[in-house]
Amino acid sequence: MGPPLWRSHVCSRRITIDYLVFAGQRLLQATLVMFVISLIGFSIQDNLGDPLRELLGQSVSEAEREALRDEMGLNDPFFVQYGRFITNAVQGDLGTSYFFKRPALQVIADKFPATLDLVIGATLIIVLISVPVGVYCAIRPNAWLARAVMGISIVGISIPVFLTAIFSIYLFAVTLGWMPSFGRGEDLVEIFPGWKTGFFTKDGFAHLVLPCVSLSSIMLPLFIRLIRSEMREILESEYVRFAWAKGLAPKRVWFLHALKNTMLPVVTVGGVQIGTMLAYTILTETVFQWPGMGFLFLEAVNRVDTPLIISYIIVVGLIFVVTNTVVDLLYTWVNPTVKITGRGR
Amino acid sequence: MALLEVKNLGIEFPMRREVLRALQGVSFSLDAGERLGIVGESGAGKSIAAFAIINLLSKPGRINAGEILFEGRDLTVLDDNAMRDIRGNRISMIFQDPMMTLNPVLTIETQMIEVLKAHREISDNDARKIAVEKLREVAIPSPEDRLKSYPHELSGGQRQRVVIATALLTNPSIIIADEPSTALDVTIQAGIMALMLNLCKSHDMGLILITHDLAVVSQVTERVVVMYAGRVVEEGPTADIVTHPKHPYTRGLIAALPQEGTAGKRLNQIPGSMPTLDAIPDGCAFHPRCPHADDVCRASVPEIVKVGNQFSRCVKATELAEENSL
Ligand SMILES: Nc1ncnc2c1ncn2[C@@H]1O[C@H](COP(=O)(O)OP(=O)(O)OP(=O)(O)O)[C@@H](O)[C@H]1O
Ligand SMILES: [Mg+2]
Repeated sequence: MGPPLWRSHVCSRRITIDYLVFAGQRLLQATLVMFVISLIGFSIQDNLGDPLRELLGQSVSEAEREALRDEMGLNDPFFVQYGRFITNAVQGDLGTSYFFKRPALQVIADKFPATLDLVIGATLIIVLISVPVGVYCAIRPNAWLARAVMGISIVGISIPVFLTAIFSIYLFAVTLGWMPSFGRGEDLVEIFPGWKTGFFTKDGFAHLVLPCVSLSSIMLPLFIRLIRSEMREILESEYVRFAWAKGLAPKRVWFLHALKNTMLPVVTVGGVQIGTMLAYTILTETVFQWPGMGFLFLEAVNRVDTPLIISYIIVVGLIFVVTNTVVDLLYTWVNPTVKITGRGR
Repeated sequence: MALLEVKNLGIEFPMRREVLRALQGVSFSLDAGERLGIVGESGAGKSIAAFAIINLLSKPGRINAGEILFEGRDLTVLDDNAMRDIRGNRISMIFQDPMMTLNPVLTIETQMIEVLKAHREISDNDARKIAVEKLREVAIPSPEDRLKSYPHELSGGQRQRVVIATALLTNPSIIIADEPSTALDVTIQAGIMALMLNLCKSHDMGLILITHDLAVVSQVTERVVVMYAGRVVEEGPTADIVTHPKHPYTRGLIAALPQEGTAGKRLNQIPGSMPTLDAIPDGCAFHPRCPHADDVCRASVPEIVKVGNQFSRCVKATELAEENSL
């Protein structure tokens, strides 16, 4: 009986000039940030290791070396070199990995699906658990279960990811033997050309469980607490009180009136956190020997594989900037109360 | 029998150290189609009395005495479902600040239609028709378009009209309006109050109007209840109370009103301020501020007594009534 909860008669938003201007500004900002990231990446290349040594070894004379430097443009002024770097980068060329002897971007692209599996898994865990649990804790703040969740979440936040990872390996893989302890397993499914995932096979899925749980272990309690506190505040608001005064069912007040207002800021934070999660994949992948970008990056650092290091930084930076920009554009699009004009930061 | 009868209502807030008694022995009634004002200083207990009626006291408030009879049924003992049937259906409420009462992320349409769907079996289309009709009644221009708007796209006055229209959707027998115009521009206030008055008359709807503003009360209401520190201190026909207040507190309120020809002069404010709940004095709560107070007033809480058409909670009510000074 009654209307379905999720139907809220929200009409679609129109594209206004204001929105286009805002989107333009936002894209400009994003480009600027990418520019800065590329500059940082390039400075690393400029300062870290001598590419000739990696290429030629020790047996080449100083004169030959100098000739080669000239030929490769390594003696050109900084900005000429940087210009060349950018021009290549925009065309998808971030140099060749010293170790793999293949284009660095390609090496990263090969490892990307593994990391993507991890991030998707962890995000699913976070979304599926934090929303219902956070909402429950907001609605029943005094229930013993809610108190217990709050207590545990504090502990969860303060335990470092690598500890969670090592402990879960010890418990579930070594002691109990329920889960594999490292790698992605053999049984992967190719869902797109070049993108193999472990989600659709039993073996692949089993390999995903522990790493994904570990990766989500920091963000999950944070999100539960964030959702709880946002929602508690909103439950005290006048419009929620008015919703009660209208005689609406509790489900409608909680899951439409309060939750919709709660989720808008939470989604923004979420978008930013996806970027942060990529950083944590380095830890998780190392502990679980997960063949993804993070593990690759750590190996690259050990081997002083400069082009690979730079490519990783730029790729991660790009993902970060893109998710942030998209979330921001969507948030402004979805949230009717955001005043677009004068929002230039 | 009155449509709504609040009898001897008590409300308390159990706090960490003590129990605050916010309402004590409050009684008033409302006939069908009657317009009742509740006035009093900030903190007198007007809003909590209103929220108690629809059982929406904010925590940790609770009713600790009395009953609230609506059509003879005691609302204080109803279960949640039965209460929800009345709330927003038979008794609607309008809040003070229209900027805050409407949900910012839902369209007007959503927020109106859901009321009808909560209280009766009705299709979206029929509900929408009723919403448009009510928006028209509160003089919202092009109501079909406004349905698609979000609250922030409307002005304050328009929003309050939308809130009023929302309260009207189910043709309630009582509307409780808690300072419905205080948050608005002075120029818009009058329009909102005139609208409320007309709607009550044309729908034969009961109104409980909570306000600080005696001028508004005398324009809109037929009867008025004056509250002070959680008690009713005076009650009676508005016309009588405004012209011949019997309780010293009401007198003070009226004397403090700006009069014609006194522009620029100091207003006669009542000295001092209303006590907070944890420091309500013994005896008559008003005695520290009262020019007529003596030992009797300090000794015990006065009974409410009938003086002419009015009731006054003052031991000197009759005495004071004989003086014709104001
Ligand atoms: N949640 C609460 N906890 C504790 N005390 C409360 C709470 N809500 C209200 N009170 C107290 O109850 C008393 C009456 O409050 P109420 O809001 O009814 O006053 P009011 O007459 O409506 O005042 P105003 O004109 O400012 O709206 C006040 O003294 C207030 O401090
Ligand atoms: Mg109030």
